[in-house]
Amino acid sequence: MSSTDADYLHIVTQDKISDRRRDLGRLMIWGSATILLVLIVIQSLDQFSTFEFGFTTWRPTLYAYFFWATCLCWAQVILYGEQGRRRLFILPAVLFVISMVIFPLIFALGIAFSSWNLSSPDGRQFNGFDNAIEMWSDPFYWNALKNMVWYILAIIPEYIIAFCLAVLLNSQIKARKFFRVAFLMPLMLSPVAVSWMIGKSMLEIRFGPISRLVRTLGWDNPSFFGSDEIARFMIMVMDAWTFIPFMMIMILAGLQAIPKELHEAAEVDGAPPWKKFWEITFPLMLPVSITAILIRIIFKLKLADIIINVTSGGPGGATDSVTSFIYREYRDRSNVGYGTFLAIVYLILIVIFMTFLIKMAERWSRPRY
Amino acid sequence: MSKQIFFDSKNDVAFKPKRFLGKTLIYLILIFWAIICLFPIYWTVTTTFKTAPDVMKGNLVPWWDFRPKWLGLKSLGLSPDRIFVESTVREEFLKRFYNSMIAAVGSSTLAVLLGSCTAYGLSRFKYRFGFMRNSDISFFFLSQLILPPVVLALPFLVLYKELALLDTRVGLIALYTLTVLPIVIWIMRDQFSSIPTELEEAALVDGLSIWGAFLTIIMPIALPGMVAAFIISLVLTWNEYFFAALLTSSHAKTLPVMVASQTGSQGISWWSMAALSLAAILPLIIIAVILERYIIKGMAAGAVK
Repeated sequence: MSSTDADYLHIVTQDKISDRRRDLGRLMIWGSATILLVLIVIQSLDQFSTFEFGFTTWRPTLYAYFFWATCLCWAQVILYGEQGRRRLFILPAVLFVISMVIFPLIFALGIAFSSWNLSSPDGRQFNGFDNAIEMWSDPFYWNALKNMVWYILAIIPEYIIAFCLAVLLNSQIKARKFFRVAFLMPLMLSPVAVSWMIGKSMLEIRFGPISRLVRTLGWDNPSFFGSDEIARFMIMVMDAWTFIPFMMIMILAGLQAIPKELHEAAEVDGAPPWKKFWEITFPLMLPVSITAILIRIIFKLKLADIIINVTSGGPGGATDSVTSFIYREYRDRSNVGYGTFLAIVYLILIVIFMTFLIKMAERWSRPRY
Repeated sequence: MSKQIFFDSKNDVAFKPKRFLGKTLIYLILIFWAIICLFPIYWTVTTTFKTAPDVMKGNLVPWWDFRPKWLGLKSLGLSPDRIFVESTVREEFLKRFYNSMIAAVGSSTLAVLLGSCTAYGLSRFKYRFGFMRNSDISFFFLSQLILPPVVLALPFLVLYKELALLDTRVGLIALYTLTVLPIVIWIMRDQFSSIPTELEEAALVDGLSIWGAFLTIIMPIALPGMVAAFIISLVLTWNEYFFAALLTSSHAKTLPVMVASQTGSQGISWWSMAALSLAAILPLIIIAVILERYIIKGMAAGAVK
């Protein structure tokens, strides 16, 4: 992503900002910040019942935070004129993301190192690294992590199918629009509905249409969620079914961007179709493919809805993803502290894994001549 | 009598059937995959109108295998004979439907507004926040995509409880906006970088302010991209289950949570589950059929550089 200076807008503006205006701007920022701080102090005192002010929620602090954020944005224009107006483009989103991500993450770290069961009356207690020790000897968490590896490996066949479909769609066919809409459909469906439509009804052992089909094909007693491997495979298939259209469309867009002249030149040179694919299409599609696979991995790492609703992790945790495991840890056992610790560990693993992948992807997609 | 002078060469004659076979094979594969994609939807639609014996016999084609009945819609209080009668199930269903709609539309709108401003700013101006340059700020926003929802879920549960935002639509909207914001920025950045800066330069020379130029000149041009971003956000937020399951209980419960909560309890009354699933997927199916162009445009953004 090398952008030269030519991409940017160059505007020369003259802003005369008087001292009084500057003072007003500073007053707005610091004044509203003071209000926010005072409210935080008052509410914390109230929380630890040093004094009673009668607050039931932290809403007042929230409103004060909104007020401060508004003042901060507004004061940019007052303080910096044209420059401030430019900052106004990205400042709201930055403030939003920081308050919605960074702050809860810090909060999560606090929870992660404590023992906190919402159903027990003790409340939250700091317990240092006890959660880490518990995690180390929790076979189900490691099992879930191992399952994630399987689920991510399932992306390879998904990618191959998506690539084939995209190539077929890109060939000279009639009714292309119909096929495109039909192929896109699974992506539109909510995973929860899919888990009923396919997981609970079509794969139902007695009456489901797929079970009937399988029975006529010769498997007498089909059980799709009985054994570990088959259950995991079925989850993979359902997830693939919803997400193959996504990769297919990205690859299709890439295919359509390849200039026709290249294929024509290869044809003139007498290259057979197979060679044409390996020597022209595939190398040119490499950057798009890598982007599609990376995004797909990111979505796969969040896989949970289908598992929660179809197997809820069973049989014996064989289909558990990390997300669904932590979900049940909270839902069934109200174990907030331990669950958060597992989530944080998962986040760290993901960040390491993704950084590694992105670095590798950069190396691979760099053209070699 | 005229005699045929010109003949097709042997190679060309052999080429024709081969080409025909290839075509047929392509169509066969395409139709096969289309059936794989569409059959579950067909199954859900027909099951909505099936009675228990029909389900058990595995009848598939309406009017031929079985007589369609209004069973599924009746269980939601939406069949012709129930629609004007008071029905608690319908009330409940409509409330969930409405919640889902508000949450999805609200958060998508918010995300598109915030995201397009940000993407525009990042594509046009140089920023410096401390050590962070434009590319760092872009990366900061896009990296939010990696964040798994499970990390945020529990802190938000506690946080929302303190802020009295648990089980409210506002809380859900804020969280959904956060989850789709990176995708919106990704799509819109692509969109804005394809618009030449000369347009704004002309507008600025004519005396518009930078926000004026953005709102009156650039926004209309970028509208297709905004529609694409909006629809993709809509798809993701309408289908969202994880946060809704954890953070809502009675008041702000969304449709996916309702579908999930009924999955186990229905036994063989498949028609009611089918009707519920159908209601959950139908709005997006309609959108996909009508606005397919925009969805594909949105997903292809960034694929082609």
